[in-house]
Amino acid sequence: MIEFTNVTKSYSVGTKALKGVSMQIEDGEFAFLVGPSGSGKSTIIKLITGELKPTSGTVHVNGYSLERIRKREIPYMRRTVGVVFQDFRLIENKTVYDNVAFAMRVIGAREREIRDRVPYVLELVGLETKSRRHPGELSGGEQQRLAIARALVNNPSTIIADEPTGNLDPARSLEIMSLLQEINNLGTTMLVVTHERDLVERFPKRVIVIDNGLVVSDGMDGYYHYEDQ
Amino acid sequence: MKINNIGYLIKEGIRGIFLHGFMSFAAVCVTIACLLIVGSFSCLAYNFNIIVEDLNKTNEVMVYVDETLSDAQARSVGTRLNQVENIYNAQFVSREEALENFIADHEGDDAFVGVDAKDLRHRYVVTLEDNELIHQTVERIKKVEGVADVKANFELAEGFSALQNVLHVASIVVIAVLLMVSLLIISNTVKLAMYDRRDEIAIMKMVGATNGFIRLPFVVEGFTLGMVGAAISFGLMWLLYDWVVVQLDSVSTLKLLLSFVPFTELLVPMVVTFAAAGLFVGVIGSWTSIRKFMDV
Ligand SMILES: Nc1ncnc2c1ncn2[C@@H]1O[C@H](COP(=O)(O)OP(=O)(O)O)[C@@H](O)[C@H]1O
Ligand SMILES: [Mg+2]
Repeated sequence: MIEFTNVTKSYSVGTKALKGVSMQIEDGEFAFLVGPSGSGKSTIIKLITGELKPTSGTVHVNGYSLERIRKREIPYMRRTVGVVFQDFRLIENKTVYDNVAFAMRVIGAREREIRDRVPYVLELVGLETKSRRHPGELSGGEQQRLAIARALVNNPSTIIADEPTGNLDPARSLEIMSLLQEINNLGTTMLVVTHERDLVERFPKRVIVIDNGLVVSDGMDGYYHYEDQ
Repeated sequence: MKINNIGYLIKEGIRGIFLHGFMSFAAVCVTIACLLIVGSFSCLAYNFNIIVEDLNKTNEVMVYVDETLSDAQARSVGTRLNQVENIYNAQFVSREEALENFIADHEGDDAFVGVDAKDLRHRYVVTLEDNELIHQTVERIKKVEGVADVKANFELAEGFSALQNVLHVASIVVIAVLLMVSLLIISNTVKLAMYDRRDEIAIMKMVGATNGFIRLPFVVEGFTLGMVGAAISFGLMWLLYDWVVVQLDSVSTLKLLLSFVPFTELLVPMVVTFAAAGLFVGVIGSWTSIRKFMDV
């Protein structure tokens, strides 16, 4: 579960990126987070991953209170949250298989678990035949699938995606959204930041609209409110 | 940390070296250059110290034996002198030998013609371990039974101690500065290598790797590079040293003044020092530079 209560965030320069955000995303839910550029969406993601601390208010993520989490607990909190970015962030000199296995190795997984789990997630995202390729040899859509496989491999209860389709053509975007929905159907909480109106319309899900650091609308018909702003 | 993890950490560290071949090569070269400079300076300092110590031994204290003693008694004073603390050597010179020396030293001069050996005293030529303690030692010698008088060149002794002190302080300062500079250069090289891999580190943080797990492969890498650098620079140091020794030996005038101890005499301290420096530079260099990248 992700829960924001009266969260504000000011950057040191003085920009007030969030001005009192409250929202709650239940386990197993699928929610879109939409809003114009600069409205504070990435700031919300960074608060969830513990990259930033709130200036005031509380942020609860899967049982951790991030406004007062200890530094050494942060890695364990992060294992409960898989993250996907617009720019994929893959390791170019590792194979598809090793990019995914790497995420398990660095948290100390056993080689046997890795041999079982990696092929399973690669199959889930449809990359089972490309495990020996390198990211540079994959299409944009495939690279994003790989990033999703990596986010998934440690079996996090939540996946958050910051504009995951921003670099993809409409057909690829649709495929990625379907994949995320499929993963959500398997029980993973999903929070997806996007700009793309078509996508939000195609997937009738909860939509949280943020503008100028505040939640301005939250519901199943949220996108129309976004348009009204 | 489980055993299979240690295997992974070591593998990842070694892999990093080859993957980032150029940076590794640069780091090893910097280590070699730094250790060679520090090593050369240490060798020089060590040998100069020995040379000055040898010069030190040339400062002699004259100990005159009471002329009322018999020849045999005069010789026994030597035994007592050798028991005095800080005396390196006490060489007996009989009055006859002393006269011969005077005459030989002042050839062509007739100041000593007609001087009878009986007018001179038996004496000991004493050299000290540590010239800095010359005042105390001379006081002790004066108290030895059978000693009539002591003549010492305090100024020369003080000059030697001053020179030695300057050499000591200068070599410690220069070596410390060189080490600091080396560490700085190496930690910056490691920093560059890590900058090269900031994305990888960011991904590790993102998926929830603990700081230890992120840091250890880099430390393994730093350790290995430091050791390789130490081994190569040690070999080069040896070759360089032997070359210098041969060069010094070939110039006969220099040979007397500047002869270096053979490298084999320095082998153990040099191996220990180079290994320690390589370890220090590799491990501390990578450990401190990674801290900057940990707050992702
Ligand atoms: N590191 C930062 N330092 C200062 N201001 C920032 C920083 N990151 C974001 N901001 C500001 O905070 C506001 C929200 O940014 P962000 O969360 O990135 O918005 P979005 O992802 O919705 O485009 C913007 O005004 C942006 O300029
Ligand atoms: Mg953004």
